[in-house]
Amino acid sequence: MRSRRAAWWFVAPAILVIAVFFFLPVLAGFAMGLTDFDIYALSDLTNLRFVGLRNYLRLLETPLFWQAFGNTLYFVVVGVPLSIAASLGAALLLNSPLARFKSLFRTALFAPVVTTLVAVAVIWRYLFNTRYGFLNYALGQIGIAPIDWLGDPHWAMPAIILFAAWKNFGYNMIIFLAGLQAIPVELYEAARIDGASRWRQLRFVTLPMLSPVMMLVSILTIAGYFQLFAEPYVMTQGGPLQSTVSVLYFMYEEGFKWWNLGSASAVAFLLFLVIFAVTALQLRHAPRLGAA
Amino acid sequence: MNASTGALRRLLAPLAAALLLTAACSTSSRDSTVVRFWAMGREGEVVAQLLPEFERAHPGVRVDVQQLPWTAAHEKLLTAFAGDSTPDVCQLGNTWIPEFVAIRAIQELDTHIAASPVIQPGDYFAGIWDTNRIDEKLYGIPWYVDTRLLFYRRDLLAQSGFSAPPASWTEWTQALSAVKEHVGPDRYSILLPLNEFEPLLALALQQDEPLLRDGDRWGNFESAGFRRALSFYLAMFRHGWAPPLTNAAISNVWDEFGRGYFSFYISGPWSIGEFKRRLPSKEQAAWMTAPLPGPHGPGASIAGGSSLVVFRASRNAAAAWQLVEYLSRPDVQRRFYELTGDLPPRRAAWADGALAADDYARAFRDQLERAKPAPKVPEWERIATEIRNVGERAVHGELSVDEAAKELDARADRILEKRRWLLARGDKH
Repeated sequence: MRSRRAAWWFVAPAILVIAVFFFLPVLAGFAMGLTDFDIYALSDLTNLRFVGLRNYLRLLETPLFWQAFGNTLYFVVVGVPLSIAASLGAALLLNSPLARFKSLFRTALFAPVVTTLVAVAVIWRYLFNTRYGFLNYALGQIGIAPIDWLGDPHWAMPAIILFAAWKNFGYNMIIFLAGLQAIPVELYEAARIDGASRWRQLRFVTLPMLSPVMMLVSILTIAGYFQLFAEPYVMTQGGPLQSTVSVLYFMYEEGFKWWNLGSASAVAFLLFLVIFAVTALQLRHAPRLGAA
Repeated sequence: MNASTGALRRLLAPLAAALLLTAACSTSSRDSTVVRFWAMGREGEVVAQLLPEFERAHPGVRVDVQQLPWTAAHEKLLTAFAGDSTPDVCQLGNTWIPEFVAIRAIQELDTHIAASPVIQPGDYFAGIWDTNRIDEKLYGIPWYVDTRLLFYRRDLLAQSGFSAPPASWTEWTQALSAVKEHVGPDRYSILLPLNEFEPLLALALQQDEPLLRDGDRWGNFESAGFRRALSFYLAMFRHGWAPPLTNAAISNVWDEFGRGYFSFYISGPWSIGEFKRRLPSKEQAAWMTAPLPGPHGPGASIAGGSSLVVFRASRNAAAAWQLVEYLSRPDVQRRFYELTGDLPPRRAAWADGALAADDYARAFRDQLERAKPAPKVPEWERIATEIRNVGERAVHGELSVDEAAKELDARADRILEKRRWLLARGDKH
């Protein structure tokens, strides 16, 4: 009994910190999402109305919210596999016994992660420029007509995905690299003795052994990619035709541009539910993935 | 370990010095009044150069200028208001005034003005003055003005057969069409950046119908006037006179204007400075400014700019007002113009000096007599953003003129819902 109480004392600081800095803000955010808190309420609380779930209902009726949700899904569905594939590819190359100057390449490929997003976004805007950008110049060399990367609603999101994948793949690459180095060499030896080709070694040794790491990486990346904000904020301000407005960007505008903190809180809560659901789904399928 | 404590000390030393300094300041300023003045962007950078003279003329008053970046200014001011730490005087974009009046953050200035020997309402451009008046009460003194008009390429216009800039929509249409024919398929007549609502808003303000109706409770975008303005705006894209581009897609507007990528550009006073600075001297004779053409002769444009406001919570309101008066003096405004290129809101300040001699500024002087305020509701900026969004969709052919007007009304009505509720509740009281 006494030891149980002692245990509570030991965890109390952690629980307190989590309660104050996590549960309380989440609850306050949820409560605010049930009101129409705006600048009028800021000056006089009698102008605050309790609106129940109306913020949520109104959001579900707002075309821009759905568009933002669709844009974010597009970003996640295309961006996450692309980014993970790039990370895995780079990690495999770096882990190959044939690779030279490993530490140089490792640093170079990791560099985008630690650069300032705003600074590299300026450079990428030049790369994406319709008439003078390098990307269109390169496409021009193989006979493809110039693409208005950041001005055409169909191409703006692919441009953002390309930029985000480049900016982020280095981080996962380092995690994959650690995972690859932890695979015992004996397994590859055994596979070679059994006559497995390079491809089959990758398919039946490397990937299964990497699956816990893959799980971790995909959960982190999906949760991170759902929170797309800085890239469109810097590159396109949500345009053209709001094709790069993400859920978080939409929330930012609601909350800090228009000061509709009530409806912004509702957006935040909806996004939280979506990320929570997706992560839970992934974790449920995790054991099966590990057994494969 | 040693290195890190060394680094810590290096970090802390300036902090300690700063603390000492602020402590020193607060003791020395105990006997003098400190007016806290927040100013944004470029104005915040240079206004300090005007202040020594003010401090000499008002011994015992010291001005503490705090510079805010424009992008963070709105958020910072609202946060300051929520935290009871607003400044005494502030530069406020005049479209923000209704919002700060609604939250009761800024003072009425009518009694001050009535007693002021410096500030004469009649000397100010009427449209600009009007942006500061909410429900018959005045809350801000215009500091500098900003309106939109035509920048055009004289040479390209002459080559297309026009010796003077257009004054009406009919003449403008002819010029746009002729220029496009002259420059060919790769270049355009006019640039109307899709990320700006101002060009369309300026055309809409030229109409007789107001943009909101019934005491600004509902959108009025389905009126004949707004639809006429929208049709005219869209026609410029449909005919291929304007490229459907945002500013982000044009990496350098000034270079492109110099290259003749477009011949007309609707922009504001800052572009005078930019074009003077960035275009080579041989091209300087090739461009000029002209008042914005209206449906039947010279038309109205947006009354923009910044005002000086005094916060309600100010403990030094008298000294704060003295600062506002000083910055409103015509001679100080002329110096301010020389420092920033910002156009003064008083006719007296335009009467002589560098500004009176500037050919490029002349059209602005004329346009300012026809500047018209946008609807003065706190929600306006949000509605203006919807004008941009819906306008952009219409340019891309997703909406017809009537559909766009209907959509805009729907969006404006939704945004104004709380305003209607507040007004209805106010009536009952």
